[in-house]
Amino acid sequence: MSPNFRIALRFLTAKKRAMLMSLSCIVLGVGLFIVTQATTTGFEAFFIKTILGTNGAIMIQDKLQATMRSIDAGNYNSGYEIRQKQGQKFIEGIEYPEILRQGLETFHNVSGVSTVLRGNVTIRSSFRDQSGQAYGINLEDHLKVSDLGSQIVQGSLNDFRVQQGGALVGRVIADHLQLQVGESFEMENRGDIHHYKVSAIYQTGVDDIDSVRIYLKMDEARALFRKPTGATYLQVSLFDKDRAREDAVVMTNALNHSAAAWQDREKSWLGVFRALRIATGITVSMFTLIAGLAMFNTLAMIVLEKTKDIAILRSMGYGRDDISRIFLWQAVIVLAIGAVLGCALGAAVTYSVSQVPLPITGIFTTHKFLVEWNRWHYFEAVGTAVLFVMVASLIPSRRAARLEPGDIIRGTAQ
Amino acid sequence: MAEDSTIALRCRELHRFLGKDEGRVHVLKGVTFEARAGQVYAVVGPSGCGKSTLLYLLGLLDQPDAGEIWIKDQLMSNSEDAVRTAARGEHIGFVFQFHFLMLEFTTLDNVMMPMRKLGRLAPKEMEERAAHLLDSVGLGDKIHRLATHLSGGEQQRVAIARALANQPTIILADEPTGNLDVKNAAVVFEILTRVAKDNGQAVVLVTHNPDIASRCDFTRPMRDGVFI
Repeated sequence: MSPNFRIALRFLTAKKRAMLMSLSCIVLGVGLFIVTQATTTGFEAFFIKTILGTNGAIMIQDKLQATMRSIDAGNYNSGYEIRQKQGQKFIEGIEYPEILRQGLETFHNVSGVSTVLRGNVTIRSSFRDQSGQAYGINLEDHLKVSDLGSQIVQGSLNDFRVQQGGALVGRVIADHLQLQVGESFEMENRGDIHHYKVSAIYQTGVDDIDSVRIYLKMDEARALFRKPTGATYLQVSLFDKDRAREDAVVMTNALNHSAAAWQDREKSWLGVFRALRIATGITVSMFTLIAGLAMFNTLAMIVLEKTKDIAILRSMGYGRDDISRIFLWQAVIVLAIGAVLGCALGAAVTYSVSQVPLPITGIFTTHKFLVEWNRWHYFEAVGTAVLFVMVASLIPSRRAARLEPGDIIRGTAQ
Repeated sequence: MAEDSTIALRCRELHRFLGKDEGRVHVLKGVTFEARAGQVYAVVGPSGCGKSTLLYLLGLLDQPDAGEIWIKDQLMSNSEDAVRTAARGEHIGFVFQFHFLMLEFTTLDNVMMPMRKLGRLAPKEMEERAAHLLDSVGLGDKIHRLATHLSGGEQQRVAIARALANQPTIILADEPTGNLDVKNAAVVFEILTRVAKDNGQAVVLVTHNPDIASRCDFTRPMRDGVFI
């Protein structure tokens, strides 16, 4: 144990109550920071999981219509043309999905591609009708790019596989039309009426999906929409979802179709979650700020009370750095204890909160508070505490170091 | 010029001003002094004559406005703070009037504190030396007592043991008996001079006590910032 640390430890005991105040604020600051980050990122992560599980990481749709502009390259009628982004137009849908699919499979980060044909329909049951959208999919492909398999709440996917005219119906549609698994319903498109049977009911938790979307097998969707070729979009899943933006840019350029990454598609909601996370982080950081102020106050008091001790230490050969370190060590000791207790508090409260029942539907479905266990929350919480407390401790420690022993002994130290 | 190796401390033409502006006072007005190893020097004089100021300058706790201070053969008066700090730890032991022990620590810890900073000895050796020093000042049975649990005389004896901890060349004592009764004052002075003589250390003490001063090897009376 270094002499400075030993002295710091003893000085701490001289101001137990004041130090306990700083310690409490650090514990609360660190603990609450962890809890708020765990909950906000918990909901955000679940939202991301939901959107990835429903609409995939990247959606390829709409062919880009090349916009060419002629510019004079020196010679008149040189014929030199460049592609311009300004004024770029899109042609709705995908004409040759198989070719795009082959192109997508060359991307190392692509883990699955599903061709989707979408169209508007009127859905009718024995009780009522509603408008909706039918999605034609190849089930095995779609299971690779979505969580549809785990979203089935009634019936089975196997029935959908084998049943002629089978359909996967959203929970909200089923409730609205009072449809049960095995019951029949109709879908109408441009005057054509087709009959289907409910193979299974799925629930993504996203009302916008569960209230409008019905999945059909691709060949049945083509028959319904009278569209033997082409697709509305390709849903792409990635091994590394965080690279979606970069991959989307490359895909757009390589495939000449617009590719939308999940971060851009859900920019608004993600922005809300981010703002919420930052706002709660700033709010609970006030505790840590108070801890810093309390530490400043306590150390300033200790410096005032220990001026004679500082003079003694200086007379014994302790330098200005030693004096400064003695006071910084006190802050470090309280900070270390506070950080450990704060992390423990944060983990305990996070666990407790995760057990709180909280039914939510709308943008996702959950029955309890969502939390995310992430070590970075702990690093950030401790980092914030270190920043505030150590900066606040620097001032009194430097003041202590500047004291002149001769002035203290003469009684003229300021 | 070859220096006399027995001179532990010397100063020449020291000047020191204290205060600011109109309150500025010329406290030391060209003081020259030297202290030899194994000798005890008393600096006496009325309050405010500059005795303590001289002592703090000699102990490198303060810096002179003019003049030179030599510790052994090293000029220290204009040296860097770090150099003066190191010199205090290695060559100088202080005994103050008001004991100035660190109250949260035991007597043993107080005595070990300068040794821990200097770091010359192993922890076990430090502890043994501190216990030996406390024993030599008559506190061998109180090494684990907190400083707050000692009488004034005992605290001053601990301060002497602490001043001797690093075997300094010079002991500077600012009215070491000023806060003690006659009996304790005599005991403390006897210990201070005996231990210093045994170890060949120069002792410079500031005192108001004529009896103490008369028992020193040399007495240097001061008035108005100069030796008379």
